[in-house]
Amino acid sequence: MPDAQPHFTLETKDGICFVEFSDRKILEEIYINEIGDQLGKIIEEHRPINLLLNFRKVEHLSSAALGMLINLQKKIAGQSGRLKLSDINPQIFEVFKITRLNKVFEIHDSAAAAKASFAQA
Amino acid sequence: MNQPAKDQHLPLQTLVIPSDLAMVSKVEGQILQQIEQHHYSDEAIFAIKLTLEEALTNAIKHGNKCCGDKQVIVRFHVDEEQFVVYIRDEGPGFNPDAVPDPTSPDRLSLPSGRGILLMRAYMDEVAYLDDGRELYIRKWNRP
Repeated sequence: MPDAQPHFTLETKDGICFVEFSDRKILEEIYINEIGDQLGKIIEEHRPINLLLNFRKVEHLSSAALGMLINLQKKIAGQSGRLKLSDINPQIFEVFKITRLNKVFEIHDSAAAAKASFAQA
Repeated sequence: MNQPAKDQHLPLQTLVIPSDLAMVSKVEGQILQQIEQHHYSDEAIFAIKLTLEEALTNAIKHGNKCCGDKQVIVRFHVDEEQFVVYIRDEGPGFNPDAVPDPTSPDRLSLPSGRGILLMRAYMDEVAYLDDGRELYIRKWNRP
């Protein structure tokens, strides 16, 4: 059964939509599709969006989650928005490195650093 | 079903599941419980969990096409030295050598096709048997 808990929290401040994932695992397609749909709506509601996805609590992530992130990035690029990721733990960062998606996504060590980078051109 | 000669002595446990993605976490849970009982490292547990997710999802989605009357057969062995699993679907099989490299520049922005790459990166042995209908995986438990 799908988890009744929300998959993430959203805070909008200073023109940045700050999303922090609540789940320790972003593995299963059922959950990933829900997250993708929910974030897709947020992206549409904040055109062009400055979206920061924080992975501080995330301990596991599958290739389906990577696919969801790629689809979100395409949507955001299509509206000239910006997507940044932060606080990815070393094990998950290794997944990004193996798939070379660390070269595709803008990844920051901390949410603070990612937020500051939005202010830059 | 295939079982390489070097593994003939290994006692295998068998789980048979329907082609339902909701079953993936149940299989993972049963296997990971035994992995944890044998004191695998956190890194190995991370790798096995990720691999099982990718392998079972592939078998259900791409092998059996989520077809309700097709099953996935999971045979596995866990001890303090190694984890071995065979995952068989009822699909037509495929040629793993024909799967394109998802890290090539022209495929980097595609949303799918990374599961096999990740399994090969994290496991010590990955092979497809019976024309791609069965996946064989081994992970040694090293400190």
